[in-house]
Amino acid sequence: MNDISSAGFFELSPAEWTAIRLSLRIATVATLASLPFGIATAYALARCQFPGKTLVNGIVHLPLVLPPVVTGFVLLILLGRKGVFGPSLAQIGIVFSFRWTGAAVACAVMGFPLMVRAMRLSFEAIDRRLELASETLGASRLWTFFLVNLPLAVPGIIVGAILAFAKALGEFGATITFVSNIPGETQTISAAIYSYTQVPGGDEGAMRLTIVAVFIALSALVASEIIQWRAQKRLGNIG
Amino acid sequence: MIEVDVRKKVGAFSLDVAFANGAGITALFGQSGSGKSLTLGIIAGLMKPDEGFVRLEGEALVDTERKIFVPVSRRRIGLVFQDSNLFPHLSVKQNLLYGRWFAPRGERRIDFDAVVETLGIGKLISRSPTRLSGGERQRVAIGRALLSCPRLLLLDEPLAALDMQRKLEILPLIERVRDEFDVPIVYVSHAVEEVARLAACVVIVDGGRVKFVGDPAEAFNRLAHMPATNRFDRSSVLMASVDETSPAYGLTKLKHQSGTMWIKGSAGPSGSLARVIVKATDVILSLVPPHEISARSVLHGRVANIQIEGPIATIEIELKEDGPLLATITKGALEDLALKRGSQVYALFKTAALDERSIDVANAWGD
Repeated sequence: MNDISSAGFFELSPAEWTAIRLSLRIATVATLASLPFGIATAYALARCQFPGKTLVNGIVHLPLVLPPVVTGFVLLILLGRKGVFGPSLAQIGIVFSFRWTGAAVACAVMGFPLMVRAMRLSFEAIDRRLELASETLGASRLWTFFLVNLPLAVPGIIVGAILAFAKALGEFGATITFVSNIPGETQTISAAIYSYTQVPGGDEGAMRLTIVAVFIALSALVASEIIQWRAQKRLGNIG
Repeated sequence: MIEVDVRKKVGAFSLDVAFANGAGITALFGQSGSGKSLTLGIIAGLMKPDEGFVRLEGEALVDTERKIFVPVSRRRIGLVFQDSNLFPHLSVKQNLLYGRWFAPRGERRIDFDAVVETLGIGKLISRSPTRLSGGERQRVAIGRALLSCPRLLLLDEPLAALDMQRKLEILPLIERVRDEFDVPIVYVSHAVEEVARLAACVVIVDGGRVKFVGDPAEAFNRLAHMPATNRFDRSSVLMASVDETSPAYGLTKLKHQSGTMWIKGSAGPSGSLARVIVKATDVILSLVPPHEISARSVLHGRVANIQIEGPIATIEIELKEDGPLLATITKGALEDLALKRGSQVYALFKTAALDERSIDVANAWGD
């Protein structure tokens, strides 16, 4: 912390830029790829009765309560090079271990419970009579989902996506366990900060990346507030 | 035509109803908890009966014996709820067109502009449903159901959540819908005035059973004899012809075989028939022809029956060529007047007591 006020402090090194870009890419891919599954799971938990519902709910929430390292290790067992599904996936050209895609998988799994929770609340808040009205007007359950449930759940879906995105940006334990900490491939902002703190004189770099992380997280939160406010205004809940 | 014959148990409540409707509006009338909404839910397909069938135009929508259950979305039955349940994320226009989009192309016989015009919702088209008043919302909800071109329209207490002014606005609209768009309607309500005004046929449901099926006048007379009915709800339905209007006073004189009645407002051309609903609690009895009294409506008749419940007596007065008129008076008054079967009485009621819902001019029954 000896050189904080010097002119070069805010200049990010190429390696740091790489970590930032990688983090954003991993978080974005993780969020977008898990979105359809998150919506389907949230809707099923909110509206459908099926055997094993409690079990599904438990599994979805598991990454929230397990130590992240355990989740990462389970992913390694399941999807690693020598894991349960790893070799067969490798045959069709999908490899997760030590790739940025693996980091995205780890982030998606860790963010999933947060995403589903927010979306589920939003689906549960929808007045069932609107669904009934839609069905009496001739819309099947599927059409009703796309024309009534989905648009009305948009605020919750956005919140869920933002939470998952923020979680993905900050994810560390599961990612480092599953895909290690390879600069340019799996080294995210969090992993880079960790690396900085492990070397002498790395504090300055760690501080720079910390500021970037705070900036990205705040931007995401502000964006979600704005989008939510707009959605609610459109639905007439406020003003 | 809809034919219903279903049984269903919900907890301790058991429903066992059977009826069929004719043209025009069929009213399912009953207190809350009588099973009328449950019946409506079974017709719409929101729930399954334990046993029985519902047929629409001869086609089985549900038949437990033949294991048929047509899902809600394929029944093509329009349903309007008490609270309109418009889609808040869509504009009024999108709400109106929602069901139309799902109706088979060849069945879209109800014209968008005609519905908008009839319901007077042209100005609301581009607005959001969240910016509408209760009455406006309900009009849009009726339009939305109508535009799905349903084979049957179910109205579940559509006016219950509205204040009197809004009710008076929407009642004639429902009449116009009935007259202009040839859709059979089942109207669920516990409001005597609405049912008497709108319905061609009344189905009285009580305790999960059908107690009566028939025309409104007879229905309400029958209702008066049901012990479960609150005595303050007892009403009679009278038929009278329009005699003259007096625009200066804003009143209309109605001629009845047994006397004259005055109602507020105009009631159509002279000679046309009007249905008047008189609450039993609004009737005053006199033994002599009244004079020097403010009540303007006087009917002469004969006491046909007296029913005493605690301090209150319900008197049934036989009128010339019309159903009986009911009057509730205190037991003390009954003794003072020495009323008994066969006594000649004059029944008086205040014009001000007849609200506008009590009078239906355009629709004399049988049409």
